[in-house]
Amino acid sequence: MKERISSPVRRVDAYEKAGGYARYIADIPFDHLLYGKLVRTSIQRGRITGIALPDLPEGYRFISEGDIPPGGVNQINMITSDWPVFTTGEVRFCGQTIGLLVGPDRQVLHELHKAVAVTYDIEEGSSTIEEGLACRGGAFVGEDNIYVEHRLKKGDPDAAFSQADRIIEDVIETGFQEHVYMEPQGITVEYSNGQLVFHASCQCPFYIRKAVAPSVAMNLEDIIVHQVTTGGAFGGKEHFPDIIASALAVAAVAIQQPIQVVFERREDISYTPKRHPSQIIFRTALDRNNRIIAMDVDARINAGAYQSCSAVVLQRTMFSANSVYDLPNVSIRGRAVATNTVPSDAFRGFGAPQGIFAAEMHMSHVARLVGEEESEFKRRCFLKQGGRTVTNGTIHEQVLLEQMWQDISLESGYYEKLKSNPSGSFRGIGVSYYLHGGGFTGNGEQALIDSHVRLKGMKDGRVELLLSTVEMGQGLATTYRKIVASALGIDISRTIFLDPSTNRVPDSGPTVASRSIMVVGRLLQRAALQLKTCWDGTREETVEIGYEHPPWVEWNQETLQGDAYPAYSWGICVTEVEVDRASFEVETKGVWTIHEVGRAIDEQIVHGQVNGGVIQALGYASLEKLELKEGRFYQNTLADYMIPTSLDFPPVYSKLVENPYEYGPFGAKGLGELVFDGAAASFAAAVQHAIGRPVGRIPVTPEYIMELMSDE
Amino acid sequence: MNEIHCRINGTDYTFSFPGERRLLDVLREDLQLTAAKEGCGEGECGACSVLKDRRVVNSCMIPVAAVEGCEIMTLEGFRQTPEGRCIVEAFSDSGAVQCGFCTPGMVMAAASLLFENPDPSEVQIRTALSGNLCRCTGYDMIVQGVRLAAERGRGLW
Ligand code: FES
Ligand code: FES
Repeated sequence: MKERISSPVRRVDAYEKAGGYARYIADIPFDHLLYGKLVRTSIQRGRITGIALPDLPEGYRFISEGDIPPGGVNQINMITSDWPVFTTGEVRFCGQTIGLLVGPDRQVLHELHKAVAVTYDIEEGSSTIEEGLACRGGAFVGEDNIYVEHRLKKGDPDAAFSQADRIIEDVIETGFQEHVYMEPQGITVEYSNGQLVFHASCQCPFYIRKAVAPSVAMNLEDIIVHQVTTGGAFGGKEHFPDIIASALAVAAVAIQQPIQVVFERREDISYTPKRHPSQIIFRTALDRNNRIIAMDVDARINAGAYQSCSAVVLQRTMFSANSVYDLPNVSIRGRAVATNTVPSDAFRGFGAPQGIFAAEMHMSHVARLVGEEESEFKRRCFLKQGGRTVTNGTIHEQVLLEQMWQDISLESGYYEKLKSNPSGSFRGIGVSYYLHGGGFTGNGEQALIDSHVRLKGMKDGRVELLLSTVEMGQGLATTYRKIVASALGIDISRTIFLDPSTNRVPDSGPTVASRSIMVVGRLLQRAALQLKTCWDGTREETVEIGYEHPPWVEWNQETLQGDAYPAYSWGICVTEVEVDRASFEVETKGVWTIHEVGRAIDEQIVHGQVNGGVIQALGYASLEKLELKEGRFYQNTLADYMIPTSLDFPPVYSKLVENPYEYGPFGAKGLGELVFDGAAASFAAAVQHAIGRPVGRIPVTPEYIMELMSDE
Repeated sequence: MNEIHCRINGTDYTFSFPGERRLLDVLREDLQLTAAKEGCGEGECGACSVLKDRRVVNSCMIPVAAVEGCEIMTLEGFRQTPEGRCIVEAFSDSGAVQCGFCTPGMVMAAASLLFENPDPSEVQIRTALSGNLCRCTGYDMIVQGVRLAAERGRGLW
């Protein structure tokens, strides 16, 4: 019998990593390597009035705006170009790059760095969404500090609200979250023969190339980006490497020697982007039978001091703001608010976790207020095949949520536990239902990315995979090779996948948006099937193919109407907790999950993603807290910003349900973000049940529980 | 300038340099032993774990002066031993490795545990790994990797 594709194989990178052979950026030696340290703003908002440098010893340089070569611009070419490479006058946040100190000895650099004195005219800044909206200190983006605003409408919410029997209002909030990829940010650059060569811990080699080109006025072909073994990313190495690389590019052209920037952990926590904090306000209209007839949602996300990808994150938050529910009349307003904080950016889930957390908590609050059991109340509203999304798109696939619930409610003992631990008994169980649309929004894959992959059949019977989506821990080196090997009917050992370089591989787009398997994996499968028809394993043959849009997906990017995503992955998470009556510490007693991701390309890898995503989300829900004081994070070490350890949570039960997707490789859909999206809400719902009071924000810390318990 | 003598992966070394240096820097920079990583530099993450006299330590927190007369084992040395091979294989088979940045440290923490307790329970494993942070795996498969190494390596430890 033929092996199922889902049967686990040993990860191709496991041995080299477990044996310590794998080399990350800080492990790779370069001759005559210099080190760089970024000099940053230390105030939240204002203007730089002077920069006094210490005397620089021989061999040390300070690179800043004046070093940008002729024709270059002081801009980083991201989705927008608002973020300068080097700050000159206006300071928008604490931590923006002023310049780069470069030299051979890190200890000396450290001392020099301390001796740089920058003077400022300090202005009042904004840190929170409320302060941003109130334009504290005056607006610095447009006239209202709003980068982008969107509105969505489904049905006729105004008419429905006018007939409401009861209207329930609610505010749900989420905080910052730091990625804490275990390997801090790091890039080495070389410059020779008119070419810039980057070696980067990153997710998107082609993004770096595009981002730095204008600042050094170079052609894209003369900039080469090699991705090196990357020690975790989670979205944190999607755009931020562009910021480091731009400063490094200017420095490398000026100094013409290899330069490396590797962050210290404090730097990384203090100055790299975070998950967008959110504040989502609901007004929900009920009829006299306590059925939801309309919902009004006002979603605000804290985008920080430069735009980066916040416009797109905001769309995901809005599209997720009804979670898995098909409500008849809905209006959603979304705003990305500028504040004087580190720009918020991509982080696993990309806006969806905020929308889903809010929707799940609000639905559970409504259920409690009308006296219904939460899961029953929510299940009545489940999206079904043919159902309508908040962008008036259609759910094309069969939705298995109900069947998944039968399974996981039994496995977790949900109903019994609900009965034996009444609300307020300090023991509680909670559930969340969630979905994640795979790939770029709407027709973005077609309009923005147009990805390509190449397969090179060789004389010795091996096949090399050439594409730009990267292995960053999630297992792509293995799953990609499995897809190609299975499609060709050869052993995985006859496939080759090397970390990509922009000069060797076609652009298959960034490693983001749960697109790597569903979209790019599909391209590989198609390429392999084509190679099979023209290659016999004894000579060279190359096949390159490009993206084909599923014909049924209709989308209007102007109006944000239609099928926001071609397919969704689905999940349910149940969490059981016990809250200490005196200390309000929460102990998680059990976590049960069930996911539908089309088909697993490798069950061990999928369960690994589930476990990692769920624990990361439970950290977000309970431990991970960042507070700002005058635009600076109060927590800047792993001692104060605590992420889960092996003792914080019990093992996670993980089950998969198959529902193959026609346009995914072997039926696979998106996975990596879905598994983050739901656990926070199930945890908060469990705590809410345990303490018998509504929980409206995360992280749910003992201090917050105490606050809730003392509110009578 | 004092001289420091120690044995690293079975070879005797004598170091002498002015001021203080961290063991991690000597390993990574002077000896090019880069399996131990710097994840925080402050004793919080365990990425820099090595064995000092068969006990796991954070090499970023140890001045070289403190290893006088000690036996240091890094993953480069440990992976050559039967015990080292056993853990590396068990981790590879269990799905304990994702991005891999925490993994060398996890392997050393597992070694330290198994040397002391060849048949640890799940709680003992979780406790022994609790000084080593992993952001990718959620830990379950690392715990399974340690269990598998204990079972497969019966008699080794
Ligand atoms: S680098 Fe030593 S504990 Fe983190
Ligand atoms: S595998 Fe990435 S930090 Fe552990």
